Amino acid sequence: MPAAAPALPSPSLSPTWLRFKDAFRRHPTAIAGAVVLVAMTLMAIFAPWLGTVDPQALAPVNRLKPPSAEHWFGTDMLGRDVYSRVVYGARISLLVGLAVAVLGTLVGLAIGLVTGYLRWVDAVVMRIMDGLMSIPSVLLAIALMALTKASVGNVILAITLAEVPRVVRLVRSLVLSLREQPYVEAAVAAGTRLPLILWRHILPNTVAPLLVQATYVCASAMITEAILSFIGAGTPPNIPSWGNIMAEARSLFQIAGYLILFPGIFLSLTVLAVNLLGDGMRDALDPRLARRM
Amino acid sequence: MAVVAFFVFSLLYLTPGDPAAVIAGDIATDEDIRRIRATLGLDEPFLIRFGTWVWALLHGDLGTSIFTNLPVTRLIGQRVEPTVALTLCTLVVAVAIAVPLGVIAAARAGSWTDRAIMAFSVLGFSVPVFVLAYILILTFSTGLGWLPVQGYRSITDGVWEWLRHLILPSAALGTVYIALIARITRATMLDVLAQDYVRTAQAKGLAPAQVLVGHALKNAAVPIMTVVGIGIALLISGAIVTETVFAIPGIGRLTVDAILRRDYPIIQGVILLFSAVYVLINLAVDLSYMFFDPRIRY
Repeated sequence: MPAAAPALPSPSLSPTWLRFKDAFRRHPTAIAGAVVLVAMTLMAIFAPWLGTVDPQALAPVNRLKPPSAEHWFGTDMLGRDVYSRVVYGARISLLVGLAVAVLGTLVGLAIGLVTGYLRWVDAVVMRIMDGLMSIPSVLLAIALMALTKASVGNVILAITLAEVPRVVRLVRSLVLSLREQPYVEAAVAAGTRLPLILWRHILPNTVAPLLVQATYVCASAMITEAILSFIGAGTPPNIPSWGNIMAEARSLFQIAGYLILFPGIFLSLTVLAVNLLGDGMRDALDPRLARRM
Repeated sequence: MAVVAFFVFSLLYLTPGDPAAVIAGDIATDEDIRRIRATLGLDEPFLIRFGTWVWALLHGDLGTSIFTNLPVTRLIGQRVEPTVALTLCTLVVAVAIAVPLGVIAAARAGSWTDRAIMAFSVLGFSVPVFVLAYILILTFSTGLGWLPVQGYRSITDGVWEWLRHLILPSAALGTVYIALIARITRATMLDVLAQDYVRTAQAKGLAPAQVLVGHALKNAAVPIMTVVGIGIALLISGAIVTETVFAIPGIGRLTVDAILRRDYPIIQGVILLFSAVYVLINLAVDLSYMFFDPRIRY
């Protein structure tokens, strides 16, 4: 969770895209991140055709086999093929990361827009957000998951709820500075109604910083999902997710370290890719920072 | 704090899932569940339950564990030492490493040293605590045999043994924190180094190190302290995972066990405790601004 995203609104969309292109040219790491992400996504989509077997197929005879030509990443304590489980596991991590990023950003945006503009809502909602934020976000997600049934949907909801307050704060601070801009004043003076002001004048200026924030939310959500699964409060154990594979290997890591290593490497690589992409985008949108890099 | 207490309680109240049904098990009849619910006071309306809970809380009573039937405060009390030792150790060492790293990166902005430190920082954000923990164990314990694999020794068993068991957990837990603080230190230092008074200090011939620490770092202290405070959240959630990996009998371990057993009073108590610590530390951080920047007055 890197420091707050930039608060610099971009004047309009097309220079932003130009700056994106420029920044990506100067930041090969961001491109590398994008490439890794695309590869992971393709892997998740085409999992059944990548030389995998059924990730749930038990083969007690082949318990805890180390990596070999037949089982690239070895087998776990129930004889399941770890390579297949890791490839299928990408689906869960990417799904959770993407869903939380989209949901969290949209909900945060909606709440932030309203609180930034309406004083009386602001007072109430921000107290609630302060309350939510005083509970460390992973802890909040753990608490929520401890009380509901384990399912991928609930994991997404729990992590979203834990991430929303930070998005709300960002949007609110953006809105508070944007509403003082002359063009907003002009719109108000021209008698434009509030919903239209929010939609036409405020919303487009929050898109760029939000996009950066969304990548960080996505990275943090994937780590949180793995943590939740790892301590037994996340994705149900019958679905292979990277966190689950590692959770099952908890007591076995001394004799079968590869059970933790492979999903761990995939998870770290994916999160790293998202972070690099986010850093590249931040530099693209915040020229003041980018010049110093 | 009151808001936090209310939140923790209503969250646990509002989330679907019936503790009585969980305790009773799969073969219980409706009658059994109703009886358990009555003994736990779960059939009272929300406000009455909240009132009773707050009243008990004010008397230092966090309720009784559903599973072990022991008071939650005592269960937490037994587990405090390892967690405090782990987080405090990590906090001190991490800040002592991260701030110099950030300062060096800022002083040599654009150099290979800077790039290496920043690369480490991004990597630190991306590798989850438990993956790092296992890599450390596989290298230093099972691989090289230098350090114990798991477990915890109390400081009363000897300082050396205590430290030996803390090195790997602290390293695993501290990496994200170091990454975060080094990054923000670099960013604020770069801002400060562009200021006029830094140029003045350089112009009057002060040693570069003196300018960096005496002039720049002093002025960068407030944002750095803010992130040190916010980052405590990472330490808390990381401690839960680290204690699980290293089999340390601390509060984190207690939390994970409570989650597996759906032991609500413990979960409630632990979250309240962690949140209270988090809020208090950040309050202390706010107050420390006065020390770092005499212009700030409350």
